[in-house]
Amino acid sequence: MRPFIYERAPSRNAAMQAVTAAVDTKASYLAGGTTLLDLMKLDVMRPQHVIDINALERTVHGRIELDRNGLRLGALVRMADAADHPDIQQQYPVIAQSLQLAASQQLRNMASLGGNVLQRTRCTYFRDVSYAACNKRNPGSGCAALDGFNRMHAVLGTSDHCIATYAGDFGHALIALDASIDLVGPDGTRTIPFAELHRLPSDTPDQETTLRPGELIVSFTVPAAPWTRRSLYLKVRDRQSYEFALASAAIALDQQDGTVRDVRIALGGISTVPWRAVEAETVLRGKAIDEDSVAAAADAAFVGAKGHGHNDFKVELGKRTLSRALQQAAALEI
Amino acid sequence: MASAAAPSPKANMGAPAPRYDARLKVTGEARYPADVAVANPAFAVLVTSSIAKGRIERLDLDQARAVPGVLDILTYENTGELKPAKFGQGSSTSIQDLGPDIFQDGQIIAVVLADTFEAATEAAQSVKATYAAQAPSATFGSQGLNSEDAAKVSQQHEHLPEAGDAETAIGGADVTIDGHYGTPTQHHNPIELFATTCEWTADRLTVYEPSQFVYGLRNGVAQRLGIAPEKVRVASHYVGGAFGSKGTMTPRTAMIALAAKRLNRPVKLVATRDQGFTIATYRAETRHHIRLGARRDGKLVGYAHEGWEISSRSDPYVVAGVEDSAQLYAFGAVKTKVNVVHADRNTPGYMRSPPVVPYIFALESAMDEMAEKLGMDPIEFRRVNDTMTSPIENKPYSSRSLMACYDRAAEAFGWKRRNRLPGSMRDGEWLVGYGCATAVYPTHIGPAAARVRLMPNGDVRVQIAAHEIGNGVYTVLGQMAAERLGVGLSSVKVEVGDTRLPPAPVAGGSNTTASSCSAVLKTCDAIRAKLFHASVTANDGPLAGRNVEELTLTDGKVAASDGTGENLADVFKRLGMSTIEEYSEFVPDGLEPDAVADLYAGKLTMTGGPHGKKVMYAMGAELVEVHVHSQTCEIRVPRIVGAFAAGRLMNTRTVHSQYMGGMIWGISSALHEATEIDTRYARYVNDNLADYMVPVNADVKDVQVILVPEVDHDVNPAGVKGLGELANVGTAAAVANAVYHATGKRIHQLPIRIEKLL
Repeated sequence: MRPFIYERAPSRNAAMQAVTAAVDTKASYLAGGTTLLDLMKLDVMRPQHVIDINALERTVHGRIELDRNGLRLGALVRMADAADHPDIQQQYPVIAQSLQLAASQQLRNMASLGGNVLQRTRCTYFRDVSYAACNKRNPGSGCAALDGFNRMHAVLGTSDHCIATYAGDFGHALIALDASIDLVGPDGTRTIPFAELHRLPSDTPDQETTLRPGELIVSFTVPAAPWTRRSLYLKVRDRQSYEFALASAAIALDQQDGTVRDVRIALGGISTVPWRAVEAETVLRGKAIDEDSVAAAADAAFVGAKGHGHNDFKVELGKRTLSRALQQAAALEI
Repeated sequence: MASAAAPSPKANMGAPAPRYDARLKVTGEARYPADVAVANPAFAVLVTSSIAKGRIERLDLDQARAVPGVLDILTYENTGELKPAKFGQGSSTSIQDLGPDIFQDGQIIAVVLADTFEAATEAAQSVKATYAAQAPSATFGSQGLNSEDAAKVSQQHEHLPEAGDAETAIGGADVTIDGHYGTPTQHHNPIELFATTCEWTADRLTVYEPSQFVYGLRNGVAQRLGIAPEKVRVASHYVGGAFGSKGTMTPRTAMIALAAKRLNRPVKLVATRDQGFTIATYRAETRHHIRLGARRDGKLVGYAHEGWEISSRSDPYVVAGVEDSAQLYAFGAVKTKVNVVHADRNTPGYMRSPPVVPYIFALESAMDEMAEKLGMDPIEFRRVNDTMTSPIENKPYSSRSLMACYDRAAEAFGWKRRNRLPGSMRDGEWLVGYGCATAVYPTHIGPAAARVRLMPNGDVRVQIAAHEIGNGVYTVLGQMAAERLGVGLSSVKVEVGDTRLPPAPVAGGSNTTASSCSAVLKTCDAIRAKLFHASVTANDGPLAGRNVEELTLTDGKVAASDGTGENLADVFKRLGMSTIEEYSEFVPDGLEPDAVADLYAGKLTMTGGPHGKKVMYAMGAELVEVHVHSQTCEIRVPRIVGAFAAGRLMNTRTVHSQYMGGMIWGISSALHEATEIDTRYARYVNDNLADYMVPVNADVKDVQVILVPEVDHDVNPAGVKGLGELANVGTAAAVANAVYHATGKRIHQLPIRIEKLL
């Protein structure tokens, strides 16, 4: 760990000012710290200035608001508080479940929702600085995972420069439900679709988001829709808890008389960014959920998927996970 | 009060006394070696190599030295005074130097010393090494491995088991099995990290380090520093998990001792989790080829087992578990061979049940396949081949309760509900499988010495350098002394884990209770003899003229069978003594009389298992239920039942805990644990507790332990069979066999993961 300046921002403006003042050095906001502090100890992230924004929890940043137009989640709401919220559990189960199935209770108590969607990949070659080759950590140095041990790595959204998996769960629920994200930065506020927050690795895997320098996530807005109640998050992993997904599926289904009116699908554990499976949705619209239709949807979702050896199985596992999740969603009693 | 965790004692079982150290540990009162306060320590942080083979070309320390607070940096250039240590003499490895030659990933290349941990960490991260790297050989399948016959390179395994003509027997058998099996690299990952604090007082060194063998460590460190062992004290009063990883001296200890000497200041090291993967030992990956032959009626006629084990380039570490597997059933003819396969890796080492975990996984998988092929129930197949005589040299078993264990476990489990057909049982979307396997562990015993003091008020002090590694040794030694000296457990103070105390063997091979209890028993009996002699020879005493044979020592009284007795205090008065203290040495049958002298010198000999006139083993039966999801193939273990017999049980609570923990570790071995290697670089990839998977609470549902009574007077005076390494043996095979029963797929390579079942 390297020396750094730690500062507590008492307000949003103070946070903005601190980050603007520090903009020539490397500055980082600190919320739950469950990613940042880890990576600082591992010498992967070396911010020279750490601005603690937890005081903003008392403001709109820390609030959960739910009405007939939708759900608004402040970026400093802790994962556990959103996961345990009875109205979210009932009306947006996919959101509650994606949070509940992530990390451990201790981490969920600390970690903020804003930090959660920005969590860095678990790629070992990224997290261990003794490996020279990592385009994400050290642009232009290569990717040790391409031919390395890559069982946990992505099969969708990869490039020749990076195959690191997006490690989160909540982000997949947000992208499935067409969430948007409110931002504030030194130049003012703006709102963007959540789907535009993350960037595919392409040839610049070090640039993970479209956030501008000093910009801060204020909140997430999830619009109310007929599919949110019949929704779920299925996470397939090597152990029952406290483990990242090998494959996961976020499903929200609007079904009438056995026919799919509309459906929202996102896939996790297999992709480099939160992954919306639009092609699978198209396949299913107007059809009944049955073995054939879910198989066709799963095939559509994984067109173009590419394994790199140890993770080849994720294509088949991802398809089966999606099929199982769709069947479960269709069978839900609501 | 009986509860699941504290079973009511049955025949030949001791009371479930609560662990002496339990409260101390949960309240933080127990001081682990890294907790011991020393005055004004400097902090050490290690720098380790990022290549597995080659040479350091340049070590740039300028930036590191410039960090405020940095005091000194040890490298190969200033540590030449450390004497070499060879593998196999209490030392984990021959790879001791900080370079310039690199023999393994994560070899220590520098020790940074600073006023604070933070400064040392920052400076360590600023050390820049440039290497001339060579292509390393990582593991099975890699280029450049060299393989040797274990019998030729390891004295310990010169004579591997053999009986009759196995080739002919198997060649002519009605039914045969021919299978290849494999187990992965595993790391111990004790929660307590590898820590060392060294403090010099003039020419005397104190080492605070978690250790499973304080006398071994004392002598090893003295040898590396070139000083007399008497100048070194090792203190290790609590060990926060070890599982074998703290049984031998690793290179760091001498480095920290040297650093403290150079700085003339105590030095404290707590190595990081990822460094623990390379600066200590691990369970080597293994491969196995097994052939079994049987008659139609299920009688085995032949067993051939060849094993391959990965070791470092320099050292022939090998466990050769065929020595134990070959004793297990009435195999008829037996043929075994073991190969050491040298790769560019750190030297492996003992890890809970070293020989039997990999070899019994392979054998018990093959046994299940044979039962299947014979169309027999796997438990009945084992019954047909149960024996009181080992097939090797026809030695008798000292005791054996394997089938009693199977019967008790099968009843509790509901084994008769099992439909033999694979894939036939289901619970909703989940395929259900039942599987079983045998647990077995050799009964070891070593020499030990103990000092015991009794006061007139009944206070007792027991001193022996045994090791509290979570085995409950404080408690069981206290129970042994309390029983022999007729006092309450709370009157006994036990001191362990310090070279100021009489020596005990390494806490390895599950010998601690047998060896240390036998030494404490012998010492307590010497005190009894003194008291009884005083009672019967005193002319004016109530027990004058009685035969000592009829005396007992209970509740602070020497008493005869008719109830006549006198208080301890009166006997002491008569003796004219305020204290009785005895020291004695216990040497088990079959060892040389100077075995305790060797122990003082850090050298240990043990006997037992297959080596004596009778073969001595603890055994058990494990039955598991697995669920495999019919679509996505997650594997879960909702239920496991284990029944075990291990001679006299000192404390049913600590025994229950050992068995339960063992089975959970077995589930881990089956489904979770594996150290992944980047074969290009021979480097460990998942070297942290998030990526190195072990079961979490949610994975461990119903674990049932059954204690089967067993009496064995042959094993040792205490009648105790070591059991700490029993219950994690066989579990992986039981799970694999259950997975087969659920899915129809045989998985021969651990761990069993989703991708193998898709």
